[in-house]
Amino acid sequence: MNDDGRKTMNGEIGAIERRKERLDRGIKVRTEGIYAISSWEEVAYLALPRLILILGILLLPFLMPSLYWNRVISIVGIYGLLALGFDFLAHYVGLVSLGGSLFIGVGGYLAAILNKSFGLSPLFTIPAATLGGAILCTLLILPALPLRGVYFAIVTLMYPLVLFRIIEALNILGGTDGILGVASFPNPWVEQYLILFVVIIALFGLRRLVNEDIGLVFRGVKDNDQAVKASGLSITYYKAIAVFITSALGCFGGAYFVHIYMVAGISLFALDYSVIPIAATVIGGGGTLVGPLLGCFILVPISELLRAFGTLRIVFYSVILLAFIMFRSEGIMVYAQRKYHQFERWVKV
Amino acid sequence: MSGEPILQVNKVSKAFGGVQAVRDVSFSVQAGEVFGIIGPNGSGKTTLINCITGFIKMDSGKVLYKGTDISNKAPNQIANLGLTRTFQIMRPYYSLPAYKNLIVPLFSPRARRMGGWRGGGKLGDRGTVSIDILEEIGFERDSFVPYKLASSLPTGYLKRLELARCLALRPDLILCDEVFSGLSMSEIASMVPLIEKLQMDGITLVMIEHRLRELFRVASRVMVLNFGEKLTEGPPEEVMANEKVKEAYLGSEKLLDYTFEA
Repeated sequence: MNDDGRKTMNGEIGAIERRKERLDRGIKVRTEGIYAISSWEEVAYLALPRLILILGILLLPFLMPSLYWNRVISIVGIYGLLALGFDFLAHYVGLVSLGGSLFIGVGGYLAAILNKSFGLSPLFTIPAATLGGAILCTLLILPALPLRGVYFAIVTLMYPLVLFRIIEALNILGGTDGILGVASFPNPWVEQYLILFVVIIALFGLRRLVNEDIGLVFRGVKDNDQAVKASGLSITYYKAIAVFITSALGCFGGAYFVHIYMVAGISLFALDYSVIPIAATVIGGGGTLVGPLLGCFILVPISELLRAFGTLRIVFYSVILLAFIMFRSEGIMVYAQRKYHQFERWVKV
Repeated sequence: MSGEPILQVNKVSKAFGGVQAVRDVSFSVQAGEVFGIIGPNGSGKTTLINCITGFIKMDSGKVLYKGTDISNKAPNQIANLGLTRTFQIMRPYYSLPAYKNLIVPLFSPRARRMGGWRGGGKLGDRGTVSIDILEEIGFERDSFVPYKLASSLPTGYLKRLELARCLALRPDLILCDEVFSGLSMSEIASMVPLIEKLQMDGITLVMIEHRLRELFRVASRVMVLNFGEKLTEGPPEEVMANEKVKEAYLGSEKLLDYTFEA
């Protein structure tokens, strides 16, 4: 592993040749994920990045105290859940899903219906929409599970477009006006911290999950589904579980969104929810789970800051994305993790 | 050889478009024996295994395993009955360390039901169990090898990993698709005792092989396929003496002499 990133470089004219050497910091043992911890420094070495992340997320509403930015943080959280789900499905199960807007839409409309028609408070509508929506989305995607790669992506992209048109054409569920007057949260603190806690739990929960035994089965499905079949496990079943987890995250986001804006409209099926998570994954670093989340924390506020430029912001947005794909295609977190776990030094050759 | 055979294959046929890959092949395997399947390239050996294990739907025919009909069942259902297979082109999970590769089969309903591993069973530590299995199959326990990513393992270990995946399911029958191919002579020499040990443990083996000398050391009966059809079946010496087999499979007598050199 030490030799991976070794670079050679010529010194000045006539000088001795030097080489950059990269070494592991040495508390990783034998394999990924097993560490030998013998001192407080090493505990801190492992725990500090996680603590900074958690505290950073929790303190964010204080760092950006205006009402406007608090709302932006909530939206970041929703995109963050979608991006976590996308990264989980794409890099740990091997399903490229464009179903973000499907999850948001189904979860959002369910929560709105439960609130308006049955008078349930957000305390009940959000869990119910999360579970019910996840079951519904899983059932919708079930026929597409044997498909792979771009075919699966197309099917998941088709559903939000179809539901959008159905609601528009049949004028059901409020038609183009949407369902208005959905109840809001009892107070802004609950509203703000609900999403932040769920994001943190989802992040660390998923990170744990992919290293549990069932997570290894998911990764097996991605690496080699034939071998999983030969191991006596039904790949459709495990794919369905993974889709259920992802859609639960998305449906929670949708239900939450409806309750903060107090309206469920067909814009819930907007393609942003499918596309921005992918962009965030590219920027943050796929397969790290935390990367896509950070990607959302970068992308969504940038998109807000660029709002002053009107439609021109799409251009800036694209340029940023393009730069990442061309110059740092591994993503921020993959790069940062490597820098953190290895140190570099110059050695004379 | 007596009693009901553990595997009975009746007139299995499979065509890919106009190509008849397997035509009316029947054979039966007794519990505890090593049964060889040989034949020239493209004679339908792997297709036959794919049909038996459910990876390909067969056009017609019937497969009985321990008396129950398993024709065209899903591969995972068949594996859960204890009929496992290895792949000719190895199929490890490249992004996982070798020992974590085995956690997937250990997670299967069959492995969980059977239990019985040291520290295994329903709530046991699958990591420990998989290291045990890997040691049994020839991975050095106290070295780095079981912890290495499967993508960095050499072919010999990957072939063993294929067998280990089958063993993790506590199988009664393993269909081995060319476990010796791609290995060096010394690696093969260390694999043969492994096969013999599996047989002594009471596991029935069906082996597709091109390495005839090694196969004939372990196999009690051999079936020869050519162009998807069964040519003959019997003890190795008898089969290789068959004129049709010489013609179809070996082509010349020189190669035949070489086979029995040992």
